[in-house]
Amino acid sequence: MLDSDPTKITMLETRQLECVRDDRLLFSDLSLTLSAGEILQIEGANGSGKTSLLRILCGLRLADEGEVLWQGESVSDVREDYYENMIYIGHLPCIKGDLTTLENIRSLLDTRSQSAPIEEIDVALAKVGLAGFDDVAAKALSSGQRRRILLAFLLLARAKLWIMDEPLTALDVQGVALVESMLMEHREAGGSAIFTTHHGMKLPCEMSSVTLGNGTGGLEC
Amino acid sequence: MLKAFYHLLSRDLRLAFRSRHELANPLIFFVLVVTLFPLAVSPSAETLEVMAPGVIWVSALLSVLLSLDRLFKQDYEDGSLDQLMLSPNPLVILVLAKVCAHWLLTGLPLVLIAPLLGMFMYVPDEAIGVLMLSLLLGTPVLSLVGAIGVSLTVAVNRGGVLLSLIILPLYIPVLIFGANAVDVASDGMSVRGQMLFLAAVLALALSLAPLATAVALRITASR
Repeated sequence: MLDSDPTKITMLETRQLECVRDDRLLFSDLSLTLSAGEILQIEGANGSGKTSLLRILCGLRLADEGEVLWQGESVSDVREDYYENMIYIGHLPCIKGDLTTLENIRSLLDTRSQSAPIEEIDVALAKVGLAGFDDVAAKALSSGQRRRILLAFLLLARAKLWIMDEPLTALDVQGVALVESMLMEHREAGGSAIFTTHHGMKLPCEMSSVTLGNGTGGLEC
Repeated sequence: MLKAFYHLLSRDLRLAFRSRHELANPLIFFVLVVTLFPLAVSPSAETLEVMAPGVIWVSALLSVLLSLDRLFKQDYEDGSLDQLMLSPNPLVILVLAKVCAHWLLTGLPLVLIAPLLGMFMYVPDEAIGVLMLSLLLGTPVLSLVGAIGVSLTVAVNRGGVLLSLIILPLYIPVLIFGANAVDVASDGMSVRGQMLFLAAVLALALSLAPLATAVALRITASR
């Protein structure tokens, strides 16, 4: 799909999204466009609807109004293609304590019908600082290390679009730097990302941002 | 698609074998409840023979009901359920894999231990086969139909009572025909009708329940 100027390609687009939760309007008339190589931060106070927006974007939650388009087509029509190219990391760990690091990564990849040779997994684990932990049960790892398993999965899955809800949760300073460098590499490879965070994330590149107004449904760009 | 089914099935089986105490729970419950009846009612052969089909079937049903929570709860709590729903594979196939794993871990052990409990309850030898076959056809239905209820209640805190209210009415036909088949077989009559009914219900549940469960899971996730 990539042509000579990857930044021109629209990956994800939303049209007049509206989200109501418990009779409270979180946001309305939210239209945004995300091109290849673009990184978008969703900002807003607690309860302003950041997680709801991300869940709507990845199709887990239905928008009350409006639609989400993947490469120009409604997500519900191209669900399979969209899910092959998108990866969602929520604030829950999705790691099984009884499985080892390696088994966790394998089962996450299996869910996406992907597989990776052991050498590649080792490289990814080394990159996220988990070298040598491949046959340790995940319940013996710290919560930061469990998040790092997810980062390794993110590297191996090679999705074009990353949607991340609070990716810096439980990570130490090096972990934060790791996520920043992963985002930069992802961007250079023509990938895009949408994320929320309450930690300061400093990326040495242009970064768009959308601010969700608390309860007002207002939107500032 | 088949690969996705196989991978999820083997992951669930592996997870279950890593926490074996949970694995044994439904089986222990089943055996305990059945063995309590002779102590509480009467150890005489005549009484037990009359009660046996009902007692064994009710215990099996409750044992499956109690184990249903395990089907989606853990995946819901750790976020894996979201990943399953974001899989490029059809959710129906993944649901079917999870239900299969659930049946292999709860229903199948009940079927295998049933002859022992049948003899213990003075079920005539010629009805033991029918007992096993009725459980073999009936317990998958319990897992399949139970999955619909669990997927609707997994997000509810302490949804156990709600789950029972949703599921038990749907379990009743299986219970009636299953227990009746064993009863009739003990009297030496043909159980063809009951078995065909159970098989028909299984075919129906196998084709429709995963679809309903997949839809219910999407509703649960969208809240």
